[in-house]
Amino acid sequence: MTTAGHAPSRRTQWRRIFAVVAFLGMVLVLWEGVKFLGGDPWFVNGEKVWTPPLSIGIATDQNLPHIWSIAGALAEPWRRNQEDSLFIYLAGKALYTWREAALGFALGALIGISLATVFVHFQLFERALVPYVVASQTIPIVALAPMIIFFVGNDVAAVVVVATYLTFFPVTIAMLRGLRAHDPRALELMRSYAAGRRTIFWKLRMPASAPYLFTALKIAATASIVGAIVGEGPGGIQEGLGRAILDFNQTYTTGPEKLWATILVTALLGIVFYLLVRLAELWWLRDRAPNVLT
Amino acid sequence: MTSPSVVEIAGLSKTFEVPDKGTMTALSGIDLSISQGEFVSLIGPSGCGKSTLLRLIGDLTEPTTGTVTVNGKPAPQARTDRDYGIVFQAPVLFDWRTVEDNVRLPLELIGTDKATREARITQMLELVELTEFRRHHPYQLSGGMQQRVSIARALAFEPALLLMDEPFGALDEMTRERMNSEVLQIWAQTGITVVFVTHSIPEAVFLSSRVAVMSARPGRVTRLVDIDLPRPRTVETRESRRYFELVTKVREALRGGDGQVELDEAAMEQVAAEGLG
Repeated sequence: MTTAGHAPSRRTQWRRIFAVVAFLGMVLVLWEGVKFLGGDPWFVNGEKVWTPPLSIGIATDQNLPHIWSIAGALAEPWRRNQEDSLFIYLAGKALYTWREAALGFALGALIGISLATVFVHFQLFERALVPYVVASQTIPIVALAPMIIFFVGNDVAAVVVVATYLTFFPVTIAMLRGLRAHDPRALELMRSYAAGRRTIFWKLRMPASAPYLFTALKIAATASIVGAIVGEGPGGIQEGLGRAILDFNQTYTTGPEKLWATILVTALLGIVFYLLVRLAELWWLRDRAPNVLT
Repeated sequence: MTSPSVVEIAGLSKTFEVPDKGTMTALSGIDLSISQGEFVSLIGPSGCGKSTLLRLIGDLTEPTTGTVTVNGKPAPQARTDRDYGIVFQAPVLFDWRTVEDNVRLPLELIGTDKATREARITQMLELVELTEFRRHHPYQLSGGMQQRVSIARALAFEPALLLMDEPFGALDEMTRERMNSEVLQIWAQTGITVVFVTHSIPEAVFLSSRVAVMSARPGRVTRLVDIDLPRPRTVETRESRRYFELVTKVREALRGGDGQVELDEAAMEQVAAEGLG
């Protein structure tokens, strides 16, 4: 039996890690397997060692570079005459993007919690505004980002606004539920203490909403990174992953591995941010009932 | 010399608006007077309004007609003055707080000074015999233990009145009987007045000084049965003849009988042999 805060048994933990690694292994095998069957001829040290029997369009070295090519590209300088390896180069850019995303994440969370709080206490606002909150997210962000740049200016602030825009929504919706998730009798209990609305909010609603908040924050973590990268594009921010993606996209035909490597690093950034939030969740909810933590 | 009245209900009725169906009368013409130190049970079939009546006493809902006076004041004022504690069928503990933090809650809200507050918490936890569990969290406790925390919390600020809404309904029979004894002990030690809602006849008779029998909806108090069993009440009480008589009397009252009970000796012995059904 797992209980909150107490880690699942060692065996379960190892099984989980094994499952994740095994799945990754399967993907890699599939990747190279498709290239084995229908990709371009395989070369080792300049010598052709294998000619695939079939011809599968997506499996060419242009579209699907070998795993080791991508790994190799990460180890080599990111550009001629540059000292840093591609990995170091991308890591620096990832950090820059992450800072923008983290700021957007924090602001979005604050706005989301505030909006939900207003909605819970003033139902008129909720009925009037929630449709617009939802509608705001249906506008493609790629269309909105240039407009935000135009209004806010061509700098990091605009990127943060875009990241905030994508993160406030899941937080608002989750908190709207979370702030009402308490047992209704808890409200009667507070009334029996003649507690006012503010007391009820801080002593009951907010603590009871924590599980819902963390669910939204996990979504918001990755959404904020997407927002930051999308926002960097039109803004012409040089120092972030968005720029790297655009650059390596342009040079794709001469070096497809670099773009794939960038995608890999971007994914890693998202995973790390998510895990940070997940760790915070495990700690914050450590004393609550077991089923709250899944 | 009569004890002062803690709860006075006169001409009370409660009607609910049901969307698309008009109105529903939960309670009709309730008159009830509860004196200080009494233990009064409200018993009746499901939907008879006994929980609604309890909530009217606690000003958790408003009467349609009639008055509710608690501690000599109108019910709303008694609520703002925090004259009562309430225990629900579920413990309704805050699962992000420890046991002692849960008991601390009402004292925080009232603004009791730290020294008094901590002393009260220790005292209350000793009263419900959960001192060793004070730093535990609710999920680590059984249902019965959580209810005891809930009782400790309800008594934390020493209210004059304790309202209990089927507090042991979710517990198994043995735990329930044990909790009954504990509640009586607490009642004897604190001298508090208790209004207890239940749908268990044995429980009502075992605990109370008086049982208010209610009819089906719209709820009325059809009979008030005095329970003259001696105190302290123990396991032996549950096996006594007078206890059987009173349980039967309450049961008859619930079925709408006139309260006069003709005891069938042979049937009584059979019931005693098989256990109280």
